[in-house]
Amino acid sequence: MSERNNAMVEKYRNDFLKEVEANVEEGPWVKMCMQCGVCSGSCPFGPYWEHPPQEIFMMIRAGKRDEVLKSESMWMCTSCYNCIVRCPRELPITHIMHGLANYAHRLGIAPKMNPTRRFAKLFWQNIMKGGRVNELKLSVGLYFMDGFANGVKKGLAMLPVGIGMFKTGRLNPLGLLGGGKCKGAGDIHKMVKKAQEIENRRKGFAS
Amino acid sequence: MAKKEYSFYPGCSSERKASASNYMVSVESMCKTLDVKLNEIPDWNCCGASIGYAEGGELPRHAMNARNIALSEKHNPGQNIVATCAACWLGTKETHERLSGSAQLLADTKEALKEAGLDMDYKGDVEIRHMVEVLIEDFGYEELAKPVVKPLEGIKIAGYVGCQTNRPFGVAGESFENPKYLDKLTEIMGAEPVEKYDQKVTCCGGALAFSEPDKSQAQIKKIIESAYDFGAEMIVTPCPVCQMNVEVYQDQINKKYGTKFHIPVMYYSQLMAVAYGGTAREAGLNGNIVRATRLEEIAARPAKK
Repeated sequence: MSERNNAMVEKYRNDFLKEVEANVEEGPWVKMCMQCGVCSGSCPFGPYWEHPPQEIFMMIRAGKRDEVLKSESMWMCTSCYNCIVRCPRELPITHIMHGLANYAHRLGIAPKMNPTRRFAKLFWQNIMKGGRVNELKLSVGLYFMDGFANGVKKGLAMLPVGIGMFKTGRLNPLGLLGGGKCKGAGDIHKMVKKAQEIENRRKGFAS
Repeated sequence: MAKKEYSFYPGCSSERKASASNYMVSVESMCKTLDVKLNEIPDWNCCGASIGYAEGGELPRHAMNARNIALSEKHNPGQNIVATCAACWLGTKETHERLSGSAQLLADTKEALKEAGLDMDYKGDVEIRHMVEVLIEDFGYEELAKPVVKPLEGIKIAGYVGCQTNRPFGVAGESFENPKYLDKLTEIMGAEPVEKYDQKVTCCGGALAFSEPDKSQAQIKKIIESAYDFGAEMIVTPCPVCQMNVEVYQDQINKKYGTKFHIPVMYYSQLMAVAYGGTAREAGLNGNIVRATRLEEIAARPAKK
């Protein structure tokens, strides 16, 4: 993974803006930012960002590669799209933040323990099993992410919520055994594998 | 009015015994009254939701959504796709837009679809719509008011529109900052909307309610507190994630902040199913953890007309 990162550092040298434009979803929009700060002020999790979007855009132009890609910041995005609809320059900010997070994750330099990064990974693995979300496995998987003892503790804390969901017919206890499966799950696996291959090729990743 | 027909994308949370199964129940009842036929897309898959980007990247996510569109075009030809879930709607519509705007992305997506035997079925010739668009645009408020037999009189309701039904696409003719359609729907069902509900488009944390519970619950607290401040008895929303987040964490928030929240969080379709004369079960009222007793009472009463 870090080999991937070294290859990109080597390829783009000191031009981080160029690297972002070439490899990050909606990256070519970055230069359009006029530093007004409306995005940062509009973000529901704004106060928790180490560097709010406006700052991230300037840091990209200033070549602060490590500071941006290793930051927890982009992982604070709740996908509320407030920044997108308010940006006077119409930058697709939400998608750029998603793109930066995804890029850092693929290079293997995103913060390892960030809970949203780990949850997102779990979520994708969950839907890739059968093509649909298996809600129970997703929640249980999340609680047990930090080992068995922690999982029991978190599971117990969430038990009243789970019981409420079960009693109202909104949780399937048999979900642990299976469920969330499309008939075409095999097709979906082949399709996604192909999509990954194409994307890796387009973005210059070796594999 | 003649029967209306749509290709339907219910999404993962609407499945039986899933977190929004009661949304689905009430939508079925509402559609029966309005004579709407929903043709489920056979073997639809997950849209990738708002968190899928991190591991899934761009193209795999678009391929997932394109598979649903292709399946719809193949099995429900000529029908527009309707989603009830905000994230399903957003994800599918976003893919549809991106593929229409980029020949390269379209070609790449089709190459991936070929693996699922569907490359020839994607034409992108459909509209991707949310159920509230169908209600507002294909029926209109006047038409929607006609079947009301049990007006929800005397109930004050805070219309929580949330994020993804509202941004980035939104509903035509509505503003992002102060959308009014939910209030209008509430009003024509005979209830009293909270017109100055200041938290109506505040984010509940979305998927981050799982990964960043404290930060999300601080958001949810604002959303509920404001509803109480305006004297609302319940909250209504069009989004499954909003519904769940605002309803199920109330006890945890109470413990953390010393509040005494206990407010029902309903779907617009549940209000409509009751107002249209459906039973509590048909409106999915038994699917709410915080029970809407006022609605249950109305559902149990004989109809007015």
